[in-house]
Amino acid sequence: MIVEIGHYTLILALALTLVQAVVPIWGAIANDDRMMATASYTSPAVFLLLLFSFAALATAYVTSDFSVQNVWQNSHSKMPLIFKISGTWGNHEGSMMLWVLILGLFAALVAVFGKNLPPSLKANVLGVQGWILAAFLLFIVFTSNPFIRLDPVPFEGRDLNPILQDIGLAIHPPLLYLGYVGYSITFAFAVAALIDGRIDAAWARWVRPWALLAWIFLTAGISVGSYWAYYELGWGGWWFWDPVENSSFMPWLAGTALLHSALVMEKRSALKIWTVLLAILTFSLSLLGTFLVRSGVLTSVHVFASDPERGLYILFILVLFIGGSFALFAKRVGTLQTGGIFAPISREGALVFNNLILSTATATVLVGTLYPLVLEAITGNKISVGAPFFNLTFIPLMIPLFIAVPFGPLLAWKRGDVYAAAQRLFAVFGITLLIMVVAYVFLSEGPVMAPLGIGLAAWLMFGSLAELQLRSGFPKNSFKVAIRRLKGLPRTVWGTAIAHFGLGLTVLGVVGVTAYESENITILKPGETANIAGYTLRMEGMVSRNGPNFQENAAQISVMDGTRVADTLEPSKRIYTARNMPTSEAAIKTIWFSQLYVALGEVKEDGSAVLRIWWKPLITLIWIGSIFMVLGGAYSLSDRRLRVGAPKPSAKRARAANATN
Amino acid sequence: MTRKQKRLSWISTLGAVLAVAVGLVLYAMSNKISFSLDPTELMAKELNPGERVRLFGLVKEGSVKRGEGLNVSFELTDTLNTVQVAFNNILPDLFREGQGIITEGVLDNTGLFLADSVLAKHDENYMPKEVAESLKKRGVWQEEQQ
Repeated sequence: MIVEIGHYTLILALALTLVQAVVPIWGAIANDDRMMATASYTSPAVFLLLLFSFAALATAYVTSDFSVQNVWQNSHSKMPLIFKISGTWGNHEGSMMLWVLILGLFAALVAVFGKNLPPSLKANVLGVQGWILAAFLLFIVFTSNPFIRLDPVPFEGRDLNPILQDIGLAIHPPLLYLGYVGYSITFAFAVAALIDGRIDAAWARWVRPWALLAWIFLTAGISVGSYWAYYELGWGGWWFWDPVENSSFMPWLAGTALLHSALVMEKRSALKIWTVLLAILTFSLSLLGTFLVRSGVLTSVHVFASDPERGLYILFILVLFIGGSFALFAKRVGTLQTGGIFAPISREGALVFNNLILSTATATVLVGTLYPLVLEAITGNKISVGAPFFNLTFIPLMIPLFIAVPFGPLLAWKRGDVYAAAQRLFAVFGITLLIMVVAYVFLSEGPVMAPLGIGLAAWLMFGSLAELQLRSGFPKNSFKVAIRRLKGLPRTVWGTAIAHFGLGLTVLGVVGVTAYESENITILKPGETANIAGYTLRMEGMVSRNGPNFQENAAQISVMDGTRVADTLEPSKRIYTARNMPTSEAAIKTIWFSQLYVALGEVKEDGSAVLRIWWKPLITLIWIGSIFMVLGGAYSLSDRRLRVGAPKPSAKRARAANATN
Repeated sequence: MTRKQKRLSWISTLGAVLAVAVGLVLYAMSNKISFSLDPTELMAKELNPGERVRLFGLVKEGSVKRGEGLNVSFELTDTLNTVQVAFNNILPDLFREGQGIITEGVLDNTGLFLADSVLAKHDENYMPKEVAESLKKRGVWQEEQQ
């Protein structure tokens, strides 16, 4: 019964979004307050209907109701509860349900928190959200309905793909979608402003918190996904430049650029056209990513279920929204006022440089991701574009950007002084140089470029701290005064410093693991040992055991500290009985910021086992760095001046904000 | 700085970044991408010595032979032609005879394909897109294989 009600509320939500897509925009054109105001009621209502519908599907999963085809295909009565819940979105239909649920959530948030938006802007924003919602709800109802019943009812489900039976599935997709779909809001703002024909600094002020919110979630989502793939796929890699990864990375790059350009627009009332274009581009890349992942046009290690016919429908949505928004942009771009030309050496100049590099980098990733598809469509030749391509094109573009990062916050708006900034960074430069020399002397086994990479990471980390040190006036001011000053700094300043510091940590982790990783593939009989990076691992034997819905064969490996056993690692192979599908579970021991990573290969009849052992120096910094970025973003978002729904600033306060920032 | 100088410096920065990016992309396109081929195409193709390619096909039934240590060899087929593949690493969990897989490596001058990576999909009934298309092209596709 609840399944039917869920189906019904889904269709009801679709009907209501059609209203939301038409009435508010009509109201904005006709200047009818009552029509515009409907959006403030319909969008929370749509969200509640979707929430109920989603909860109905989740209930079917939790209660293992195999009369629902979707549940039967992707669940099993013996799965632990957490996987039953996360299994709801571990398949195509369910993940699209999560997609629209989050889309509905963001529209409802705008309706609730956007009380001080101009009525016509708000109506248009929610109207555009209505269009996106309607398109995806039509898609679900007609091609991907999760509520189809089966008759006769199967006794047992076919189980969730074992690779997905992991806590990662519970965390990664919701976070990623909150980011991905969050950019629909900035898109809706951009299109609404184009419909309205009015774009000013206040627009950027409303958009910034949403852009930042989406960015925080997307950063967290990508980072969690990276760690999940790292420990689950058993290849020890944290980023493969796989097309599916690129699909989430492109909106992240464009979204990061948007974050910085919206700042220029708010503070200097410039870069308007560019910022609007970037907002449209970012969500277009999100849609493109959804298409690439859901349509199965790609060969990827991360694609689980795909269907070309559904892909065609998403392609249609993609063309409709990207084409429509660009057509509108082209029509209105002439009427928008452009700002003056900035001095290259200024805060806004640095932010434009950031945008230039990030958008160029996005373009190279886009080229590398789509080139195989285009080439195959034109010539029929199949090629693969992998990590070597992206490493060669992406990394050199990032280096000048990373060098420039510490300068940005030190330059004044309008007219900065690069010599003064360089002087202030003199100490940081000294520390960086020292660290490079130390790295060069003591880390002789790595590649020659590695100390330079370490230096770059140090430059980013200490450079972002320099901003705080300079603002505190320490050591010129007394320690007490410095602390008081630090406490009084705007949260956005802290947020920037924390996020840039996190970027440095991530770079350090990447350099560390890329340059100094070591690997040992070996066959061990019980009692034999292997060495890696100064650690001795002893194979003790194999054990068999049963999990709730799998059988497991694990190797017991002692990590030796001298003659003492410091820890036991148990890499294993599992057979999930319902699908008769094998998986590997790697065993990981974290030592400070580095990790020992052991994967089990084939086990031979004499009890010897193939083991693949890695030493991954500093690898955890890659994800710790992204935690810093997320925290920096969240702390910035908590700034009163940036809070969602902050009132329109009076001219006086805007000037004051300019002066302090 | 005058307006003209500002404009000039921005245009030159833009030009420099774009030139570097385009240069890198073009260089990487000619050196860092590899062909994806099935066994028939691999045999027909003139490859440079040591050129990396992706080779995909079905693991031929009964062809998997384990050697010393990690050494394993198997035959990859598109049902018309077959290529001998050697691999010296841990095979993925879903590697098995009859399964569609993708390998990456180089062809040596004796016609042996030295693979350094083997990919099998994470879904027991999923066929890599390349393999499915190759089988369709060779006219030996059976619906139940999907």
